[in-house]
Amino acid sequence: MVSTVKDPVLAVMSLSGGNDGMNTVIPYNNPLYRDYRPSLGIPEDQIIPLTDQLGLHPAMAPLKKYWDAGNLAIILGVGYPNGSLSHFRSMDIWATCEPDELGLTGWLGSVIHDVDPAGENVLTGVNFGRGLPRSLAKEGVAVASVGDLSTYGLLTDIGAEAQRTEALDLFGRMYAPAIGQGAVDDYIRRTGIEALKGADILSTAPGMYRSEVEYASSAMGGYLRDMAQVHNADFGARVLFTTAPYNIFDTHANQSVGHANLLRDVAVNVDSFMTDIRQLGKSDNVTLFFYSEFGRRAMDNGSGTDHGTGGVAFALGDHVKGGLYGEYPSLEAGKLEDGGNLQHNVDFRQAYTTLLDRWMGLDAKAIVGGSYEALDFI
Amino acid sequence: MPDEKIALMAHLLRRAGYGASRDEIEARVAQGYDSVVEELLNPGDDPGIDEDLMYRAYPSYFDKAAIETGQTEWVYRMINNKYQLKEKMALFWHTILCAGDNKVDNARTTAIQIDKFRDMGMGNFKDMLMMLSTDPAMLYYLDNIESHKTAVNENYGRELLELFSIGVGMDNEFNYTEDDVKACARAFTGWNLAPTIPVFPYGRTPFEFRFDPADHDYGEKTFLGETGNWDGGDIVDIICKQPATARFVARKLYDFFVADEPPVPSWRLSAPRDLAAIQALEKAYFDSGYEITAMLRVLFHSDFFKDESVRFAKVKSPADVVIGTMRMVGDHTEPKPGLFFVAMEPKYMGLDLMNPPTVEGWHMGREWINSGSLIDRINFASSMLGNTDLPGVKKIVDRLMGLGDVPTSEQFLNGCLDLVGPLDLAEETRSQLTEHLDAGGALKHGTESERNDFTKRTGEALKMIATTSEFQFG
Repeated sequence: MVSTVKDPVLAVMSLSGGNDGMNTVIPYNNPLYRDYRPSLGIPEDQIIPLTDQLGLHPAMAPLKKYWDAGNLAIILGVGYPNGSLSHFRSMDIWATCEPDELGLTGWLGSVIHDVDPAGENVLTGVNFGRGLPRSLAKEGVAVASVGDLSTYGLLTDIGAEAQRTEALDLFGRMYAPAIGQGAVDDYIRRTGIEALKGADILSTAPGMYRSEVEYASSAMGGYLRDMAQVHNADFGARVLFTTAPYNIFDTHANQSVGHANLLRDVAVNVDSFMTDIRQLGKSDNVTLFFYSEFGRRAMDNGSGTDHGTGGVAFALGDHVKGGLYGEYPSLEAGKLEDGGNLQHNVDFRQAYTTLLDRWMGLDAKAIVGGSYEALDFI
Repeated sequence: MPDEKIALMAHLLRRAGYGASRDEIEARVAQGYDSVVEELLNPGDDPGIDEDLMYRAYPSYFDKAAIETGQTEWVYRMINNKYQLKEKMALFWHTILCAGDNKVDNARTTAIQIDKFRDMGMGNFKDMLMMLSTDPAMLYYLDNIESHKTAVNENYGRELLELFSIGVGMDNEFNYTEDDVKACARAFTGWNLAPTIPVFPYGRTPFEFRFDPADHDYGEKTFLGETGNWDGGDIVDIICKQPATARFVARKLYDFFVADEPPVPSWRLSAPRDLAAIQALEKAYFDSGYEITAMLRVLFHSDFFKDESVRFAKVKSPADVVIGTMRMVGDHTEPKPGLFFVAMEPKYMGLDLMNPPTVEGWHMGREWINSGSLIDRINFASSMLGNTDLPGVKKIVDRLMGLGDVPTSEQFLNGCLDLVGPLDLAEETRSQLTEHLDAGGALKHGTESERNDFTKRTGEALKMIATTSEFQFG
């Protein structure tokens, strides 16, 4: 396990919808790439070379400096056996590490539980966005879900301070556990109390944040900026999660424009996030991992790409050992899975194991459901 | 104890619509349950609102060029449509047959799809699937416009089976294979859009369906064991006669109107919570030749729907929270400024109308609740119910004054709960509220200033009731 000044923090971003790994990290010297991508091939002179074989999509340019500095790990050919081509199933598999059964417990929900078993801090896990992503779900684990940090709070329409305090006090007492009301009612009461506590604490974060760093005015930009503010405030948040707008990477059509914009949004905002927490002096204990539930079909369909299997994931941080991990999947026809999908050679649970064992100092085996060989990016 | 007829009618109107004021509930009780059900099931072509008045007040609703306009118009209809079930069915289908404007990027086309759900929502399921398969928003959303004879795009073909009709599995078996997906997708090749008119200068015009025979795969296909030169219409025919399709529609109706079922992807492994209920609905599906109205008639007359145990046992959807609250407080019952802000609320609570998170739709039930959405739900409902200037709240105050000269805290609280439900509270919640009311002194309303104080305290009590855990259920 890496030693950091403060407790390690795991920041995770899901590129929801199935990011086209082959046009993110491009095998630009492989002639089959041109054969498979007659409509969507990125011109060679625009590709940002990483090695003499592989290069980044031009929209990923803001991340090149982290590669050069040795802080960006790229995990190639990542997936799992018998990859599901259904978004929801595959998202759930990545979220729960349960490829065969229906899992309801998210891997990050388990992380939150393991670092804070008694649930002493309602902000151990914070989601940036609306709703509760499956990755963070675990029975008995509280997660604050922050859609917009600047307007977060309860009964904010009561103007008079004393009156609001009284109302919130009554609210707290009414939300005490009630007997025999059922599991969902228990859940709502717990959520209410957690919301009350969490809102109190979170409302102080923007006041502690001084930064000149700009983020793109996109959903991803807003969430990563809020993430930087909450991390900066030292509330003890150990798991920070966000997701690109749901399913937005599902580029079946018009991919040439759409995918470039998506990758730019990722690269610009991830760069802002890293720059921000570095300037704030808070980057030492953060590793950011971003992934997608699957890659896409090797051959384009004339306008976009259909669902595939093996994809690409990234880890970025001061303690990340940059470089390539795993093998780039073979493009040869005989090596493609049915219908033309890239074969995975790294199991996503190996990446999780690395993050859990070597970064968070947790027992990965119990969380990912088995022993998986760690990668060396940490 | 609340009146059982009132409680049952309130339950029907909350589930088959977005709730009702106490005045309406009483009138409906007088009308009789069976007659109310038939009225809900037979709206005919009546739009249920004064459309001329609406279009005069909000001219932009006539041509919904922006998604927010479509959302606002929809919320106006939800609040005011006197055929509430017809209106609720538009949302029912939207939560299943999902197309999102975040991809379609043509608000007019997306809004037209919702209108079709409203108009056809209680019709025949086969007609619904045919409409869907020729619906421009759907064909665009799931890339059927990119599916060609020589380069098939499986997106629509797959989701039609996985999420819109058959479902991935039941009784531990898979309902179809990857080969069925491919055959299905081939059958819909050439189901496309007409060339579009340039965006400038008037914005996007609605997309239009066009079948392109030159791009259709007329070859032989084997789909769910049947071989022929199937096109999309044949596929829909074959889909509709599957037992798994009956199961799918039945479970979806049960989930929406009776009690929460888990999401579709788990249906292969998870049995229905009430198999007999599902079988009764499946029977209505086949007996009627796939008529949704027939299934709904069975549902609303069934014991499993009327049962006390299912009342206030479903977590309200954001639409139920927002529209239910508006109908309770009697606001925006006619055109006036400020509707836009109300119409954006469901989105903040996780239901971005016309923008489902994925083609799978929203995860419902308890998944509507997380610390973020709970804060939004509480803040919205409590600010409305606590506003004693609103007509519905005023009526509640008037009725509470009828309880007696000086109601006890307990009588007063029971009165409040009766009028917003009738809702029951856990003993723990109730005692906290009673204690709070006791601390405020006697609830008199004899003099002008006592009446003002009584009104203010009613607002405060309703506000706190709207924050309770119990209020999250409908």
